[in-house]
Amino acid sequence: MSEKVLMKGNEALAEAALSAGCRHFFGYPITPQTEISAYLAKRMPKVGGVFLQAESEVSAINMVLGAAATGHRAMTSSSSPGISLKSEGVSYIAGSDLPALIINVQRGGPGLGGIQPSQSDYWQATKALGHGDFQLYVLAPSTIQEMVDFVPLAFEVGEKYRVPSMILSDGMLGQMMEPVTLPDSDSATASDKPWAVTGHKNQRQRNIANSLYISTTELERLNIERFQRYDEMKKHEQRAESYLTEDADVTVVAFGASSRVVRSAVNAARAQGIKAGMIRPITLWPFPVDAIQKTIETTKEYLCVEMNMGQMVDDVRLAVEGKRRVCFYGRTGGVIPTPAEVLEQIKTLAGKEA
Amino acid sequence: MAVVFEKTKGLTDAPFHYCPGCTHGIVHRLVGEVLEELGVLGTAVGVASVGCSVFSYNYFNCDMVQAPHGRAPAVATGIKRCLPDNVVFTYQGDGDLAAIGTAETVHAATRGENITVIFINNAIYGMTGGQMAPTTLPGQITQTSPYGRDTATAGHPIRVCEMLATLDGTALAQRVSVDNVKNVMAAKKAIKKGFENQINKRGYSIIEVVSTCPTNWGLSPQESIQWLRDNMLPYYPLGVYKDVTEGGSSHE
Amino acid sequence: MSKTWNVLLAGFGGQGVLFSGKLIAYAGLLDGKEVSWLPSYGPEMRGGTCNCSLVVSDDPIGSPLVVTPDVLVAMNLPSLDKFVDSVVPGGTIIVDSSMIEKKVERDDVTVYYIEAGKLARENEIEGCDNIILVGKMFKELGFCTEESLFKAVDKCVPARKTAMIEVNKNALKIGINA
Repeated sequence: MSEKVLMKGNEALAEAALSAGCRHFFGYPITPQTEISAYLAKRMPKVGGVFLQAESEVSAINMVLGAAATGHRAMTSSSSPGISLKSEGVSYIAGSDLPALIINVQRGGPGLGGIQPSQSDYWQATKALGHGDFQLYVLAPSTIQEMVDFVPLAFEVGEKYRVPSMILSDGMLGQMMEPVTLPDSDSATASDKPWAVTGHKNQRQRNIANSLYISTTELERLNIERFQRYDEMKKHEQRAESYLTEDADVTVVAFGASSRVVRSAVNAARAQGIKAGMIRPITLWPFPVDAIQKTIETTKEYLCVEMNMGQMVDDVRLAVEGKRRVCFYGRTGGVIPTPAEVLEQIKTLAGKEA
Repeated sequence: MAVVFEKTKGLTDAPFHYCPGCTHGIVHRLVGEVLEELGVLGTAVGVASVGCSVFSYNYFNCDMVQAPHGRAPAVATGIKRCLPDNVVFTYQGDGDLAAIGTAETVHAATRGENITVIFINNAIYGMTGGQMAPTTLPGQITQTSPYGRDTATAGHPIRVCEMLATLDGTALAQRVSVDNVKNVMAAKKAIKKGFENQINKRGYSIIEVVSTCPTNWGLSPQESIQWLRDNMLPYYPLGVYKDVTEGGSSHE
Repeated sequence: MSKTWNVLLAGFGGQGVLFSGKLIAYAGLLDGKEVSWLPSYGPEMRGGTCNCSLVVSDDPIGSPLVVTPDVLVAMNLPSLDKFVDSVVPGGTIIVDSSMIEKKVERDDVTVYYIEAGKLARENEIEGCDNIILVGKMFKELGFCTEESLFKAVDKCVPARKTAMIEVNKNALKIGINA
């Protein structure tokens, strides 16, 4: 284990990609993900890897498609407007059952929006990053250490189930520095990829990476098969952190950057004698339904805190199944909520005068 | 008994779905023969693009990837950067290459991406039923230019080889046709050169094949060939627009 | 008793706001504390106001965004004006008085005025105003150990600028003695 260093989230994530054996990065400049590209532009040539600045986000994701089809660990990174452009390629990657890593360092939207941190791409990441019936494996880091640790995890789970993975970060996590322990170099675990398009060497059947199926029944069969894999992921890959939830009257649900704010608010509430707790979804898809349902009996009020107008709150409500009220508090446009604001909400829900 | 003709191992046994008189079949066979003759079928990876030729992944007897519309050069770039010693090619139509995928095409060429591009120019969108393409001729009637392509509103056709020949990364830009035996032989020679360039790491090679689409042109196969000669070839003259092996500048 | 320092460093882009923040964060890291460093980013970095949120704490850090600082280091007038009222009562403001003539009008905070720019010029280490201010902050508040503070300089100065290590350490000493 190496010593702790102080590193920006974006750079730490980029370094983690190298340790995870990723040697192919295709990107396009956009704030606030820039440091990922800049870091890999510097490092890739030193480790015999490929850094390519594409002519567009559209091209970058399709280069990832090609690289992923060969069985190599490939990734791209962007921020919200750029991710929208990638959605076509992501759908094809999912439809071709290829694992690949997409990083979204979110900023405010819609449209060109702003460049300050946001979580307003939750719906996009978990419901519809492109056309068709498909899902991504979506991880939401809340610390720089998780920005690092989730990179190999995203590759490994993606390869296990043959699905594209996304790390849904944001401008705050991307730009901030925290102490972090970097993994040993080349700690990657390689997996067998008999499907990889590498040239058949006249020794096997042709491999074809394809998402076109004209036969309705064949396409339906493949979609059903893919959703069976998604069901397996729902069973085995849910991740969440439960913080002081066992006796909590008010359970706050928050992910990523906003979960940091909520942690401060929960601590402040506890200091005032209010039984508050937090569930922090780590996998946004599959959504950690189990962790939430475990708290329904003991929780009186749920509060979902997000840096958007209310997106994950839908999934929390689905998980709670109408058995409890689920309130929402959010800031949007790049505004980061303060612990004091969240504390007010918790106090109101706990029946204490705000 | 002596074998006088044998189908190339470069193609699978799947029967083509192409319309009678369509020249895709001839070009597929030429590509398959070249891959076989160069002994690269085992290392070749083809990229099928959206359009009539999307099903080429069923026909070329090598590993294949099917790309989103227009993105074949980007997909091929990703493959080639991972497998620099494999032979990577795209097979693209005019809508794919010169409309929705113009940026990908131009930038793959200017990067000198070491791939081979087979470009079928038949001046129309075939698979979707005959709409105006970027290469549709002035005055040409299509489903979306029902009064003939009006250059005042629909602009002018793109001459792809001429455009790409201006880029330093392009190793070969050659326009061929398969309208007669002589031209078929010349086309095969050009395709072979395009693949040899890649093997010799010379950069981006594009072979544009001026082709027919009898179904959507509303002509018989024979009439199509004549229409191609009378209308396409004057606008899209056959020839070598750039060839670094013939004293041009190499992208390296 | 656990202690958390919420620090806001603010000035113009180019004054080394982010670097001095990194120095404080690294000193905390070397002391085994939890630390976070969050810069303002975007167009405002270019000539406009630039600020940096720093948290040094014995406990895991929640929000890295410092909204109500315990310590404000103000390196220009717009920054002082913008953040002066956000400092918690009982907090500390360190003012670079070679850049800011104005006096802080609050009486519920402790204010230290230091002519960092002038001291830098006199000691021929121009441009190290920011580090002198960190030295001053250390002297008045002792947010880390002295050993870690100086070791942090070694960690923060990039390899291609090793000549700057001694210059920065000198600047810290000037701030500590001011």
